[in-house]
Amino acid sequence: MNRKRLLAALLITCLLLLAGCASSQQWGWYVVNPMVHRGRINLLFLMSGIPWTIMLTLCCVLISNLLGFLISLLGLAEQRIAHLVYRGYVEVFRSIPPLVSIFWVYYGLPILIDVGLEPFPAGMLALSLYGSAFMAEIFRGGVQSIERGQFEASRTLGLGYFDTMRFVIFPQALRRSLPAIGNQLVIMLKMTSLVSVIGVSEVLRRGNELAVTEYRPLEIYSFVALQYLVLVLIVSAGVRKLERRMGSDERQSGRAVTE
Amino acid sequence: MPEAPVVSMQAVNKWFGQLQVLKDINLSVSSGERVVICGPSGSGKSTLIRCICELENHQQGSIAVNDKTLATGPHRGANQGGEVGMVFQQFNLFPHMTVLRNLTLAPMRVRDLSRAEAEELAMQYLERVRIPDQAQKLPGQLSGGQQQRVAIARSLCMQPRLMLFDEPTSALDPEMISEVLETIIELADEGMTMICVTHEMGFAKRVADQMIFMDGGEIVERAAPGKFFSSPDHGRTQQFLSQILSH
Repeated sequence: MNRKRLLAALLITCLLLLAGCASSQQWGWYVVNPMVHRGRINLLFLMSGIPWTIMLTLCCVLISNLLGFLISLLGLAEQRIAHLVYRGYVEVFRSIPPLVSIFWVYYGLPILIDVGLEPFPAGMLALSLYGSAFMAEIFRGGVQSIERGQFEASRTLGLGYFDTMRFVIFPQALRRSLPAIGNQLVIMLKMTSLVSVIGVSEVLRRGNELAVTEYRPLEIYSFVALQYLVLVLIVSAGVRKLERRMGSDERQSGRAVTE
Repeated sequence: MPEAPVVSMQAVNKWFGQLQVLKDINLSVSSGERVVICGPSGSGKSTLIRCICELENHQQGSIAVNDKTLATGPHRGANQGGEVGMVFQQFNLFPHMTVLRNLTLAPMRVRDLSRAEAEELAMQYLERVRIPDQAQKLPGQLSGGQQQRVAIARSLCMQPRLMLFDEPTSALDPEMISEVLETIIELADEGMTMICVTHEMGFAKRVADQMIFMDGGEIVERAAPGKFFSSPDHGRTQQFLSQILSH
């Protein structure tokens, strides 16, 4: 299944390239040709962005998950004031385009707090806040999708609020939210390309830098796109694997019901 | 009997918005007594027992359970710490935990039993409901009847003084109803105090000390089962009984 998808993606890429070759465009694949010295140096340079992209993605996913989880607790609380804070947070951070919040954190925030931020932490902060609003909504939706009977059974057994959440509700909610969380992971990975504008040396930034010295944007950005494609395919394969492992018991229960 | 009743309800009223769902309910259940409540849907019978285990709060009158007076108010009440066992129509087992874990969770977290103690207790009750061999399975792998018996065992693990059953067999396939009723009958024979909402009239005849018929939020008729089934006083009761006994 997975291998088939990868093949299909590669096939499409090849077709596009062939189509390109047929046009009057002069191709200059030598800039990223691993068979020649210059191409090898360029490829290494382009791929040196990958660790940064991965690191930034991991940091953003981790922070936005933690933050989103904490914020979602406000949305699940019974107090009106907690709801208002939750709504406010989600609406604000969801509405600001991530590029704008990157600029705001990098150029604006230092003026406000009088401390300069490096590009990496600035980008991380901006994207994590943006992502956390979505994560909060995912977690809240997951918890609210759990049947009322689960809360009621917990209550009549004498379990308190925190025990009910910890042992009964969250494990089920997390399982149900997994596809949405995986989706968010892929989106976050691609969104890290935005921080190229403030100079984090991640995949797109490397491409930009090379494109202006080599004057070969078509070939270079094609390779940049390929890098994201490969990264995303790896991430989605991982998410599917996790889903299969965590969802196995729910599927078993589904089977028993239909038997 | 000098002992105070396990449940005592006096002039209880409850509304959902404008709709009055409980009207002037008076009910007393003494220790060891088995009460069966029947009535058409929407008659308030589920609400009545949900008030006793504080999944709902009443707004007027007084309810005392295990010598504790329950608070009135629009919101749901306090947590009774597992003193009142409740069995739901939909079982409400925790689907992501094994049967054993379903049973040990509350004793360990609420009663502070060690895992070994809780598992011993759990196995003891699983044997009583005759499914000790299913302990390591997930609820979804069991039949409906087995799931409901697990739910009963789960409540019993908290060693409640009172068990409530809210239509425990209504979600079951017909061939699984009797195994669940047998379990409840055994529990009744052991002297457990219980209030059971059900439409299973054969079962009611067998276990009930007191039959209650509710309609429109009121207790219309209450009698010992002999009189209740042979010569009920009220027309509405007669009509209801003839409807559900006719097929």
